[in-house]
Amino acid sequence: MVKILTIKDIERCVGCALCMYACSRRRPKSPYIGYDHSGILAISLSGFERGATIIVCRACYEPPCSQVCPTDALVPRKGGGVVYKEKLCIGCDNCIEACTISAIFKRQDGKVALCIHCGYCVDFCPHSVLEYREV
Amino acid sequence: MDLIDFNLKKILHINLNDYSYFVEERDMGEWIGGVGIATRLLSENIKKDVDPLDEGNVIVLAVGPFTPAYPFASKTVAMFKSPLTSNLGESHAGGRSATAIANAGYDAIVIKGASSKPVYVVIENEKVHFRDARVLWGIEDSLITGRIIAEKEKGRGIRAIMRIGGAGEKLVRFAGVMTETYRHFGRTGLGAVFGSKKLKALVVIGKGTKRPSDAKSYREIYNKIFELATASDAMKKYYLIGTPVNVAPLNELRALPTRNLESAYFENAEEISGEKFAEFNLARRIACNHCPTACIHLAALRIPYEDEPYFHKTIMISYDYELIYSLGSMLGIGDRNALLKLMHRVELYGMDAMSTGVCLAWATEALKKGLISQNEALAPLKFGDAEAYLKAIDNLYFQPNEFYKTLAEGVEAISKKYGGKEFALAFGGNEMPGYHTGHGGYIGFLIGLRHSHLDNAGYSIDQKAKEDPEPEELVEKLVEEESWRQILSSLVVCFFARGVYTPELVVEGFKPLGIEMSEDELKEIGRKIYLEKLKLKKELGFDLGKMRIPKRIFEVETFKGNLDSNYIERALNYYEKKYYRAV
Repeated sequence: MVKILTIKDIERCVGCALCMYACSRRRPKSPYIGYDHSGILAISLSGFERGATIIVCRACYEPPCSQVCPTDALVPRKGGGVVYKEKLCIGCDNCIEACTISAIFKRQDGKVALCIHCGYCVDFCPHSVLEYREV
Repeated sequence: MDLIDFNLKKILHINLNDYSYFVEERDMGEWIGGVGIATRLLSENIKKDVDPLDEGNVIVLAVGPFTPAYPFASKTVAMFKSPLTSNLGESHAGGRSATAIANAGYDAIVIKGASSKPVYVVIENEKVHFRDARVLWGIEDSLITGRIIAEKEKGRGIRAIMRIGGAGEKLVRFAGVMTETYRHFGRTGLGAVFGSKKLKALVVIGKGTKRPSDAKSYREIYNKIFELATASDAMKKYYLIGTPVNVAPLNELRALPTRNLESAYFENAEEISGEKFAEFNLARRIACNHCPTACIHLAALRIPYEDEPYFHKTIMISYDYELIYSLGSMLGIGDRNALLKLMHRVELYGMDAMSTGVCLAWATEALKKGLISQNEALAPLKFGDAEAYLKAIDNLYFQPNEFYKTLAEGVEAISKKYGGKEFALAFGGNEMPGYHTGHGGYIGFLIGLRHSHLDNAGYSIDQKAKEDPEPEELVEKLVEEESWRQILSSLVVCFFARGVYTPELVVEGFKPLGIEMSEDELKEIGRKIYLEKLKLKKELGFDLGKMRIPKRIFEVETFKGNLDSNYIERALNYYEKKYYRAV
């Protein structure tokens, strides 16, 4: 079954950003240190004491990002969201503009970072904020 | 994409005299990072006899090679000349400060000079922006300053906003720098150094990326650290009740300084214990960046407005053992709500809670003994009276008379002027932490290079053994611990994670980053950094011979009996010969 990443309980978020670091490490052969390659971002409501917002792909069935990609780097994925074909990406930023919830992030190398619903971050969320569930 | 280069350190130099900056890259691998490189950089850049509030003072902020590669390496080490002790100043803070600096691509930031008008500085990867802060100057509430800057600047979720409150602007010698609201460069007065440079805030936004030299083992060792952190009991003490779990046992042990250490037992300790805070006040826990533990315990305090019925505010206040001691038992405050209000007021102005509490405790006793009058104290200071202490904290900020001007210089300065040295509880000029545990604790404060309980954990040595070792052996234990902690604070690993980061694990963690080092080599570097830091402390004006020991500590029994001045003297003599004179 196809799975997607969802937020189970946002109120449990402590703002540790371990999901962001995990996302950057997700590729076994080329893990990155830092969060430039992270497709998930935890921000606070003017301080984590007031709560958090986690900005991450909601796995749209008709992804607007894919609709505006001129090079087919973003292809709709079964179960929602997109597959990112990084080699095809020219860094035009159309997808960043198109994403309704600003869940596509600009990388320093010009390409983009976004959640591909691999679920790697879930195991590193120490407080069960995230969930990887079947669609 | 950059591979991690352990030896090559990238240092950002900022000069506030002419609003300029440059980046220096150089080989400093032998000093690891954090406190190791900060010691070197401070030594190289500062004129040793400079007045701490002169523009010639230098601030060094440094992070380590594990930032942000592994969890817990999230402390920024700040080193500067302390306006409180007049020699080496050092404090560490978490929040997002360290990871932001590392993600921005830097191992260290060196800030020199002073601005003629208030500014705040924004570091955005390779760029530095100097922003006009005239409109922010005079905002005494550090929380508001943080909020204004947060609205104006970008980088939500990845930035650190290090700022001062009113205490820093008014050069209170124990003013701190707040970051992400609830974390602090608390001790030894970095806030006053910011204030003297007219630097209201330092914002760091970073989005860099590095690669490990070995992908597979990097992910493996990361997972191992994560497992140790979350599945073992290593961090339990810090995430359940948190550091206030110590209140009850230390009180039971007769080790909780109470009412300016007139006693080491507080009859109302249970009311302000970690257990009671957890049961009635704990509202949320939050974390520093890249830390799974989330030790920051926040209490919710609901306060009704007196002028409007059914109108309330609810504020969140970060509480820890040290605040419960210094603003609680030390001031005879046994009411949690009153104590939370004091913590909030100290947070707002940005003062070090321990120094504030000890200063107010001294003032209370001085008033009682007639060394000062109501004309000086202004507020009717009395142990247990939180309203009076709230006014006194305001007065430390406003400094409406000569007395509060001097009190804002610390308990050493005030007792020099008004008397009462025997109950002025500072060691090496730094107000004492909350551990009346015995010889280990106090000798630890005396010889610790920051005069902090965290330098060498003497309080822990006291509690672990029934009998004191010989003084010489005690000194060796303290120095050994402090030397190892130089490694932790060079890696900028949080001391709370010291149970996870054993020498073995550190060596293992180095490998995927391309560093080969044995445990022995590592420990040797720890000793080297320790001695280098001691040398710098001496050069900046530290004089072991002038160390003052307040008589009060001998008058109150510890759980091992009364302290012995001969024992302490023997320990200090040994320390002087073996270490102090050797550098």
